[in-house]
Amino acid sequence: MTLTLERLADDRPLVEVRGLKHVYGNGAGAGLVVLDDVNLTMRPNEIVGLLGRSGSGKSTLLRSIAGLITPTGGTIRVSDMEGDDTAHGVAMVFQSFALFPWLTVLKNVELGLEAQGVPAEERRKRTLAAIDLIGLDGFENAYPKELSGGMRQRVGLARALVVQPSILLMDEPFSALDVLTAETLRTDLLDLWSEGRMPIRSILLVTHNIEEAVLMCDRILVFSSNPGRVMAEIKVELPQPRKRLDPPFRALVDEIYARMTARPTATGGAVGGNLPGTGLGIALPHVSTNTLSGMIETLASSPANGRAELAALARDLQMEADELLPIAETLQLMRFAEIEGRMIRLTPAGRRYNEADIDERKQLFARHLLSYVPLATHIRRVLDDRASHQAPATRFRDELEDFMSEPYAEETMDAIVSWGRFAEIFAYHEDDDRFSLDDPA
Amino acid sequence: MVFLSSDRFNAGLLARFARRQFRPNRYDLIALALIGAAAVLVVHGASQMTLPVGDLTLEPVVLDPWRLPGYALRTTIRMFAAISASLLFTFVVATFAAKSRKAGLVIVPALDILQSVPVFGFLTFTVTFFMGLFPRTELGVECEAIFTVFTAQAWNMAFSFYQSLRTLPKDLVEVSGQFHLSPWQRFIKLELPFATPALVWNTMMSMSGGWFFITISEAFTVGKTTVTLPGIGSWLALAIERRDFAGVAWAVGAMAVVIVLYDQLIFRPIVAWADKFRVELTASENPPQSWFYDVLLRTHLLRALARPVGAVLALAPRPRLPKIRTPKRMARVAANPWIDRVWIVLVVAVVGWAVWTIGRYVLTTLALGEILSVFGLGLITLVRVVVLIAVASLIWVPIGVWIGLRPAWAERIAPLAQFLAAFPANVLFPFAVIGILTWKLNPDIWLSPLIVLGTQWYILFNVIAGASALPNDLKEAAGIFRLRSWQRWRDFILPGIFPYYVTGALTASGGSWNASTVAEVVSWGHDKLQAKGLGAFIFKATAAGDYPRVALGISVMSIFVIALNRSVWRPMYAYAEDHLRLD
Repeated sequence: MTLTLERLADDRPLVEVRGLKHVYGNGAGAGLVVLDDVNLTMRPNEIVGLLGRSGSGKSTLLRSIAGLITPTGGTIRVSDMEGDDTAHGVAMVFQSFALFPWLTVLKNVELGLEAQGVPAEERRKRTLAAIDLIGLDGFENAYPKELSGGMRQRVGLARALVVQPSILLMDEPFSALDVLTAETLRTDLLDLWSEGRMPIRSILLVTHNIEEAVLMCDRILVFSSNPGRVMAEIKVELPQPRKRLDPPFRALVDEIYARMTARPTATGGAVGGNLPGTGLGIALPHVSTNTLSGMIETLASSPANGRAELAALARDLQMEADELLPIAETLQLMRFAEIEGRMIRLTPAGRRYNEADIDERKQLFARHLLSYVPLATHIRRVLDDRASHQAPATRFRDELEDFMSEPYAEETMDAIVSWGRFAEIFAYHEDDDRFSLDDPA
Repeated sequence: MVFLSSDRFNAGLLARFARRQFRPNRYDLIALALIGAAAVLVVHGASQMTLPVGDLTLEPVVLDPWRLPGYALRTTIRMFAAISASLLFTFVVATFAAKSRKAGLVIVPALDILQSVPVFGFLTFTVTFFMGLFPRTELGVECEAIFTVFTAQAWNMAFSFYQSLRTLPKDLVEVSGQFHLSPWQRFIKLELPFATPALVWNTMMSMSGGWFFITISEAFTVGKTTVTLPGIGSWLALAIERRDFAGVAWAVGAMAVVIVLYDQLIFRPIVAWADKFRVELTASENPPQSWFYDVLLRTHLLRALARPVGAVLALAPRPRLPKIRTPKRMARVAANPWIDRVWIVLVVAVVGWAVWTIGRYVLTTLALGEILSVFGLGLITLVRVVVLIAVASLIWVPIGVWIGLRPAWAERIAPLAQFLAAFPANVLFPFAVIGILTWKLNPDIWLSPLIVLGTQWYILFNVIAGASALPNDLKEAAGIFRLRSWQRWRDFILPGIFPYYVTGALTASGGSWNASTVAEVVSWGHDKLQAKGLGAFIFKATAAGDYPRVALGISVMSIFVIALNRSVWRPMYAYAEDHLRLD
């Protein structure tokens, strides 16, 4: 690309988000607040990361800036670079690539320019330049279905860059790729960025991969979930290129893990650790009991004798924070493990579970499920109280929806059904959507 | 009913759509009332037009094989005109329904009802209208013929397009929004391509439906109006009237040739081309093939043709992207509840008026007892449809599975079954008359198979598709555990093909109702056989030009079709989607 855009020393903010609030649904229900009082300022020449669990509203924030969602409240300013015609507005790279399957690579990249009404000749020139920049030469006439995931995301990137936005919005751009491909794309992107060859002024990156955030970003905003708030802002001052194994890099990753698992300060009642909600309203993650058992066994066999660093665990198991934390927190909720800062440690019950055979495990699991997961206790009590020992599942689903939004309620129900089945404390019948105390035998 | 391709992606769309619509809701009633009132008004207006049209002096059809290609051409042109009109209708109405919530609330149930109205219904009520529009010219009659075919085609196409528009992939919609595509660009780049595979499939199915009614549309009698337009359909009608075996054979042959040409030169290339619009990012395993498409590609003819089209499209309006979307106050714009309320009041007022109009019209001309007896006739036809679909299933499911499990056979037979489904079965009806007369059989029973004669193939080719798609690992597992006979069918094959079977049976059921209007009264020369049933009632009322009874018959049939769809087929479809999907 023939673009030699100088990074201006101008420090005026490119994006200013003030007091952003977004509520799904009619706006009346509690627990449906996706974003609450979010502030964000983006300045030229920085890569900012939005880090958080799924459902923490970081994608909503990104889409609000892109103009795809109209948030419920607050202001967003996307400012223009006056006197500079090359860079304006925003462009977005999607997790799913979002390529038009019926358009060739060339046509896909041209899309935004065509929408702007750029004359055909100039359009072609700029498109080819972008394709060249991003390393797609030779693939101009291919259809997306002929490309590998990495190549597809390069098309997505070229399509965003060709319209010369001032800010590049990236929505988990590498999470649908395999580890090696993702690494190559990150490196290529960082090279283009550091050499100033991309016509953009800054990048806003949504991710749930902590290492990716530390590797790429100058600044990381950590989001809490339900509702999504900015929990912490972390400056990354390590020089580029960064190495994952450098001790300062590791220390920063550990620190972010600790922050993301920090217990809410006000404890009281049956809190679900860092799981959102309290009591009946704890939003349970749908983690398979096999995964829970596997995690307990992994911890028990760790050299540190039932203790492990979350970050190290994630690295060893090739898991992202978003996958690991729900497992850890479920174990914590059920008192099979304790999370302390950056460490996770098995409780005595957890050790017993590890050593038990399958029947004892089920009994132990049942006891803990009934003692520490209020929803399980509640369902069991209702079934015990009724003469028929049956209850429609919608009843509990409706109760949950008083506390949380529908997708959360759905996942919580899925979780309680699979845990309840494993513990054999109640049965669930999918055909007519009801719980019962039947013994299937 | 919307016709479903065996493509599971499209099937999913319908199921999602179907699940919401088991029971008729108030909008169904609204749409039913409005359509009925419109029909009453058209008749009312037409009867005041004092049109003793009589027999138009048209060029008479001659049973001369040399003139057959010319007739075939005229018929083909009519079919083309009708399908073009259907496409235009689809793009306008379905887009409107998908874009405007308020329009959608009325249009969607209306389409659902319109596609259950037998083609005869439209014919009766519009013939005087078109002939009044262009009095004493052939143009009016041509318009009527084309419109009749149109009514057999348009609704499911519009429905399919509407469903596609409602299920656009979210990420592509976001890209379009993010790059500020103009509405036109959005249509060309996103909506039309995405909807193309389902629309092409439905257009093909519509074409079959159109062929079935070509004989009716070219040669029909409504009251005092008798119309004969030159074409294969009227040739066939004449041959039947004169008991001319050779003439019938020529017509069948000509129709077969035209359908094969249509298939090979138009639809297969289009299907092969439309394959690139599938949303899956993986290449299809067995991409549809078309020799003619390959030829076109090689000759660069397509590209030459595409160039002027592209040039025209490039001229389309494209507003410039505003350079910056600068400081803007983000405020939530809630839908104005007052506008909604006014809309609802308006709809209620119009519906009230419509009910009053229909009630007055029907009750002044028909007695309550007759209305009930027509429902009785509906029950007879219902029994006929249900029994024959069941019989056809018992025959074709085992055969279809046998074929489907043998890929070499499936490859050859599936296209044949599709061809048979497209072939207008009513050209074979006279043979049934001869048979029944020769052996002195009971027409109430032996005319019945005719209503599935043309539609049974939907069951066959869908079952073949289902059996071919049974996953190999399950086949191997069934083999290793030595599942035998009944257990193999109960636990493996039947659940595996069920979603496909439901698709086929639902299509066949809809088609059979429509076919009953021509299959319950069949003639060969002066010999006329009829079976008791709603189809025969509608046929006779149409021939007599008895508008109130036609209206009654049509309404009752629509009610039966909708009730059957909502109470049987859609729940089965939803069940298949929820429980029996193999992926």
